[in-house]
Order: sequence, then structure tokens, then C-alpha cells
Amino acid sequence: MSGHSAYVPKSGFGKWMDARLPLARLVYDSFVAYPVPRNLNNWYTFGAILSLMLVVQLLTGIVLAMNYVPNTTMAFDSVEHIMRNVNYGWLLRYMHFNGASFFFIAVYIHIFRGFYYGSYKNPREVLWILGVIIFILMMATAFMGYVLPWGQMSFWGATVITNFFTAIPIVGDSIQQLLLGGAVVANPTLNRFFSLHYLLPFMIVGVVILHVWALHVTGQTNPTGVEVKSEQDTVPFTPYATMKDLLAMTVFLLVFAYFIFYMPNFLGAPENYVRADSLKTPSEIVPEWYFLPFYAILRAITFDIGIPFTDIVLINSKLGGVMAMFGSLLIFFVVPWLDTSKVRSATYRPLFKQFFWIFVLVCIGLGYLGAKPAEGIYTTLAQILTFWYFFHFIVILPVLGLIEKPKPIPASITEAVLAKNGVAKS
Amino acid sequence: MSATDTTEPTRRDILYIATGAVGAVGVASFAWPFIDQMNPDASTRALAKVEVDISSVETGRSLVVKWQGKPIFIRNRTEKEIEEANAVSLEDLKDKIARNENLKDSSAAATDANRVVSGKENWLIQVGICTHLGCIPLGEQGDFDGWFCPCHGSHYDTAGRIRKGPAPENLLVPPYEFLSDTLVKIG
Repeated sequence: MSGHSAYVPKSGFGKWMDARLPLARLVYDSFVAYPVPRNLNNWYTFGAILSLMLVVQLLTGIVLAMNYVPNTTMAFDSVEHIMRNVNYGWLLRYMHFNGASFFFIAVYIHIFRGFYYGSYKNPREVLWILGVIIFILMMATAFMGYVLPWGQMSFWGATVITNFFTAIPIVGDSIQQLLLGGAVVANPTLNRFFSLHYLLPFMIVGVVILHVWALHVTGQTNPTGVEVKSEQDTVPFTPYATMKDLLAMTVFLLVFAYFIFYMPNFLGAPENYVRADSLKTPSEIVPEWYFLPFYAILRAITFDIGIPFTDIVLINSKLGGVMAMFGSLLIFFVVPWLDTSKVRSATYRPLFKQFFWIFVLVCIGLGYLGAKPAEGIYTTLAQILTFWYFFHFIVILPVLGLIEKPKPIPASITEAVLAKNGVAKS
Repeated sequence: MSATDTTEPTRRDILYIATGAVGAVGVASFAWPFIDQMNPDASTRALAKVEVDISSVETGRSLVVKWQGKPIFIRNRTEKEIEEANAVSLEDLKDKIARNENLKDSSAAATDANRVVSGKENWLIQVGICTHLGCIPLGEQGDFDGWFCPCHGSHYDTAGRIRKGPAPENLLVPPYEFLSDTLVKIG
């Protein structure tokens, strides 16, 4: 859709500038005249919401860093100082703290929307992969940010997560030492996590620019999954998409504000208001809610994988759990090639639609189990759901594309829109 | 990468390659300090040795001390606990290696005797870090009366050996020596 530019500078300065640095032209072509499919629904507004949340996190984070001290002796107190003494410190911290959760709410909806409408399919594989990279950077940033208040969950969360690396044979311990700056989580760890927590969001901004660039090269998908065929299928970005996005942002921010002002600690663990104690592990370590499905997968692997009928262990349970957890994330990268169906949208894929919703329930179930103790029936259920999680990607996606009979696909977006609204075909 | 269209490599080709090689070595050698600064610094590395007075630890009681930032469990075991540990056959162990840094043989069997000092079998001294993901197990709990890690449900027996759950190895026995009957030096 990167066609010819429709930008015409009006003022003399505009013409002078356009001949030297055509920034106004870039903005006009990308966010004003840019054609978007006319049938985008509300699920397509989460990209804009995510950009907004990134800005919210950057702004609140930069001002919080003006008052925070990344030192084990002072970190916990400096957060309380922000909450009690700094002007509006409580608001800024609650915005940042809840902002992380709302960032993940938006990204999960955005990812599931991509799964439902087949947004990752040819020719949008690179767009999808850039999105997965952003998601992984977000998780790293959120994890390191959670360590900074230096509460019990901060400390023990950091301990557990960095211990993942000791599962790697031979070099694991050295990698963990390199990450922590010592044998255990301590001041060097807190210092570097602060530095990286400040750096990574700017790297996210960089990848987001590539993500949007890739989006504007291929154009957006839409609920029908049919590519734009004529100008009739599109509307200009401004005012149509701009207004739709602004409305969605407003609604999203209202819910966000409700959490900030009325239930600011609902999404956090009370245990993290207890100062970190390196000699006492909390009775239950539970990560933030947005990591729970992955945490459940980690804990589901309680068995060694070896050669049957011998004592030879190829992958012990610890390495197996870590591999399953990272695998559950890395498998996103190859989804464009695992899904063999040529039809994009689940609207025209009756079987895929059912398996999509089963997959959503499996993810929610894993999230529920991640918050439960790792014993008895919970472990068994987590193992079943973990199996299904990988089964969905490795078996269901490729096989469905071969056996499923899709519904008839409309000839164009316009035809689908008119058919839906009961207007005769023009 | 050839500068001219001659069939033989010229003097200029060699100069190009040599310059490129020097550049690559230069970049690599200056990248290393940026990576190595993340490794443990001199103050962290300074191998602290801790001397602990254990005279106050009665039979059936434990003491936790800090060594190199890690918790060290010092337990004065009861007769029953030692008997329980000895009664376990090696076949039932998930990790059959002693994991005792005081032993010369790093693959010694995980018998109870190999986890303690001969003549002082009641004293079990180990690093109190779960070998799964680094939590601190709770004492006198779990299915084997030893330690239980609440994070992911690993059970250790009265000799600190992993018996059930996701942890792969027995609790590590750090280097230590008894300076006297009541004084032990760790490290």
C-alpha cells in the first residue's frame, strides 16, 4: 500500500522543508491519507492502545527514576518515599505499576486477535515476528522492573527466574553469574536491572517503529481476511481510524483509571510490600499475573526425559521445564509456517474457530494453575494443558489447513460489508 | 573481495584482508571489557570464610548462617534422622552423587556417610539453596522429614538428598572443617 504520496505542501515553509526533510510528508502518508480497510472492528484498536501504553510507561518511568535509588539498602525505602513524600508520587507509581498490567492486557488481546484473524499469514510474517520480539522485550522489561522495589517477591522472583539459566548444561552456572554479578541476587543485580529496565523500553520503541513500518508496507488485515482490492474497500486513516482509536483509548483509559484510583494493589502481590530477605523464601512464589501461563508450563515438567528402560537421562526435569517455558514463547516465531491454511480469518474457518476458543481457554486455565500450588491435581491438570498448548501449534494448526473445508469467502471487503448490512449487492 | 581483476591475489588484496582482520580483533577485544564488567567484581569474589560457633545448637535444632551471600544450614541431627538417612537404599535416590565439596572423588555415592564428616555424623552442613530454582527450603518438613522447598515442591530427606519433586540434585555440601568440637570454619 506504499503507493505514491498524496501530500501537497501548502505553505512556503512547508515546500522548503519538504525539499530538505520530508517529515510532514511521512506523517501525512502514514497517519492521515493512509488507507485502512473499511471493516476494521474494535479488536483492531489495540495496536493504538499499545502505543499509548508504551508512552504512559515511558513518561511515568522517567519521572519515577528521578526519585528511585537502585541500591539494596535504599531501594525499598525509596519506593515508600515516592509513595508518601514525593508530590503525586503515589499516582505516578500506581500508574506505572498498573500500567504494566494494562500493557499486557492490551498485548494479549492484540496477539489473540492476530491468531483469530490469521494476521501472521503471507505476506505479514515479518510483521508478526517483529511483534513477537516486542512481546519478549516487554516480558524482560516487566520482569526487571518488578525486581526494583526490592520486596520479597522482587527478590525471590529474580532468584527463581535467573536460576532458569543454571539448567543449561556446562555453561549454565557461568551465565547465571554473568547475569547476577555474583552467586546470588544482590546489589550488583539490582543495579544492572535498573540500567536495563531503563534501556529496554527504548529498544521496544525501535522495534515498534519497524513493526509499524512493516504494517504500512503490507497494509492491515481485516475481519474478512480478504486483501484490499480497490479504493472502495478502504477509508482514509484520518478521521476514520484516528477517531475509532481515540474512542477505544478513552474507554481503555477509563478502566485503567478505575484500577489506579480504586483498586491500585488488586493486581499485585501483598508480599512485595515486605522488604527483601535473602534468608527467607515466601511460602509461595507467584509471579505477576501476566506470567502465570508460562509459569504453569515451567512447573508442569516434573519428570526426567530419558531413554526408556535405562537410567540414562537426556533432559532432566529442570532443563525440561525451562525448555518448555521458552519453547511456549519461541513457537510463536514459526506460527506463520505451522498454519497451513490459505484462508486467513477464523470467520470462514469453522473448525479453526472452535480450536481457537479451546486454545484461549487452555491459556486461561494455565494462568489459573500458575497461581495454584504445584502439587496433586494441579500438576496433573497443568501437564494436560501444557500438552494441549503445544499440540495446538504443532499438530492442530498444520493438520486443520489440510482437512478443513472453509466457508465461501467473499470476493471483496465491500461485498462482505454490504452483505452483512443487508444491502443488495451494488 | 578482490581489488583488481587479476587472476592471482595481489598485494592490495592481502592488505585489505589484513586491515579487516586487525579491525575485527580490535572490536572483539574492546567488546570483552563491556561483557566482563557484568561478572562478579573483586569485592564479591573475595572468598569469605566464616567461622561459626555451634555450641548452642542442641540435638534436633538448626542454625542458618550466611556465607558468600548464601544461607548455610547447620543441623544437629537426631539419632532417628541419621537412622532414616542410612536406611535409604541408593537405588531410591534421584541423584546418586554425594555433592560434597570436601570429598576428593566428585562422583562419590550419595550415602549418608559421604554427606557428613566421619565421627561427627550428627552435623549436617549444607548450602540451603534448592537445586531447582534457588529458593530456600524449609526445615523438618516434606514427605521425607528433611527439607521441603515451597516454590515448586521439592522434597529432601534427612541427609539433604533430593527424593521427590523437580530439583535435579542433592543439596550442596560446602567446603568446611571442624576447628574444634564447637567451632566450624566454612569456606
